[in-house]
Amino acid sequence: MLSLSAASALDTGDTAWLLAASGLVLLMAPGLALFYGGMVRSKSVLNMMMMTFGALAVITVVWVVVGYSLAFGDDLGAGLLGDPRQYAGLGQLLSEASNGASQVPLVLFAVFQGLFCVVTGALVSGAIADRARFGAWIVFVAVWTVLVYAPVAHWVFDFDRPGHAGGWLVNHVGLVDYAGGTAVEICSGASGLALALVLGRRIGFGKDPMRPHNLTLVMLGAGLLWFGWFGFNAGSALGAGQAAAVVFTTTLVAGAAGSLGWLALERVRDGHATSLGAASGLVAGLVAITPSCGSLSPLGALAMGAVAGVVCAWAIGLKYRLGYDDSLDVVGVHLVGGLVGTLGIGLIATAAAPTGVDGLLYGGGVGQLGRQLLGAAAVLAYAFVVSGIIGIVVDKTMGFRIHEEHEVTGIDLVVHAETAYDLHATAGARSGGHGTLGASTRQHDDQREGEPR
Amino acid sequence: MKLVTAVIKPHKWEDTRTALEAAGVSGMTISEVSGYGRQKGHTEVYRGAEYDIALVPKVRVEIVVDDADAEAVVSAIVSSAGTGRIGDGKVWVTPVETVVRVRTGERDGAAI
Repeated sequence: MLSLSAASALDTGDTAWLLAASGLVLLMAPGLALFYGGMVRSKSVLNMMMMTFGALAVITVVWVVVGYSLAFGDDLGAGLLGDPRQYAGLGQLLSEASNGASQVPLVLFAVFQGLFCVVTGALVSGAIADRARFGAWIVFVAVWTVLVYAPVAHWVFDFDRPGHAGGWLVNHVGLVDYAGGTAVEICSGASGLALALVLGRRIGFGKDPMRPHNLTLVMLGAGLLWFGWFGFNAGSALGAGQAAAVVFTTTLVAGAAGSLGWLALERVRDGHATSLGAASGLVAGLVAITPSCGSLSPLGALAMGAVAGVVCAWAIGLKYRLGYDDSLDVVGVHLVGGLVGTLGIGLIATAAAPTGVDGLLYGGGVGQLGRQLLGAAAVLAYAFVVSGIIGIVVDKTMGFRIHEEHEVTGIDLVVHAETAYDLHATAGARSGGHGTLGASTRQHDDQREGEPR
Repeated sequence: MKLVTAVIKPHKWEDTRTALEAAGVSGMTISEVSGYGRQKGHTEVYRGAEYDIALVPKVRVEIVVDDADAEAVVSAIVSSAGTGRIGDGKVWVTPVETVVRVRTGERDGAAI
């Protein structure tokens, strides 16, 4: 992310691009819902998608009320947290068009950043597919926005400017993270790992086949994610200029290389190049380019994407060896891919790119690598510990996991009283009339969500 | 009357249908089923995780025929559905007590 540079007037071109980019980032939410939804079994696809749509709704609310202010308000001390009162409700941004420090309206910046939080929160849900109570997830993700994402975004994305003190990683340490390798990718991966450990493994994990039920949804979702990622990364330039164009290019290249890298490893290891591998690989490449999209040459982006594709394709096997059920590989793709991208900046960044930093292989020494390592470690540890604590508290108070029997029956029917696909004309459904509980719904009254494990 | 039931490979179903029509069979019931015999299942790999899929997709053909026609129908199926490889399926014949045509109420031989 480029800093909000000193300039007072609004630039209509920059503003137009950031408006469009914000819409693209929003599209990543339904894209992710398709990507994740296709990967689960047919009995839990609706719940998977609802975790994304639920995150979209609740995070947006929390972000407007207090999240943005915590992340981008004036620093309360040591670069750890913004002032929650300064921008609470965002009303202050109506008259404060550009804050005298950017060429885009600050309220637009606030919305753009809020959508980053939405994507990050939704990503976490992939670790707990098939087994989380919907209400518990909503409470978790609301608290997580305040206690995990907002502080981390402050550390990583809130630049110092005249009259405003920002976060410690970007300003004091000198971390380079253009669009969120730490704040988005490592943060979602570490939070997902913590939740996967709190909720425990799905029934039958490692024994029963849990095949993706619809890979065409996965492919379509991956394509939409890639499209949206142009808004995510190139929008982070906060302007329509050379930086945005370079970032757009590296984002394209890394996704393509990531897909090829993953497929190559699969072909050698498993014997087949799979469609799930192609979709996963391009996401892995995009994850790794997220922090580094402003720091690499196009060939550097190619190397970054390919390495991420190979490393993530290897890393998804860790859950079977270590025994944690990170259902849709949030750790293997986002945590590991985020580490590859964040640390890779320390190696192959070139000062000719927008962020202007040289990595070790470009003669920049080990200094930047050390700064990247500190930033990655700090975000990983903080997100893992605090998400774990929130998860445990939710589990002890509300119950986070659905009943064993309901998990086997299928979470869609029990938690949402719906099934995703009606493929048979003879399913035996009868109308129960409007505004009343139909017979088939009433039958499941005893299986309502209110009954935790 | 006899009920001839065959479980065959899905890609051989069109050949079998052609052979049955040539043998004078004018109708049948088809279901998509899954199961396994000596062929066993197959392996699928998702993100590196290998799954043994026990059930193999098959097509089940059911035909009710006069006693005298049963052997010819079985032969038509066996000669048309075979590939010579494992997993070609099975055909079996069971006795049928009564058949009624729903539209007319005709029974047995007249209902076939």
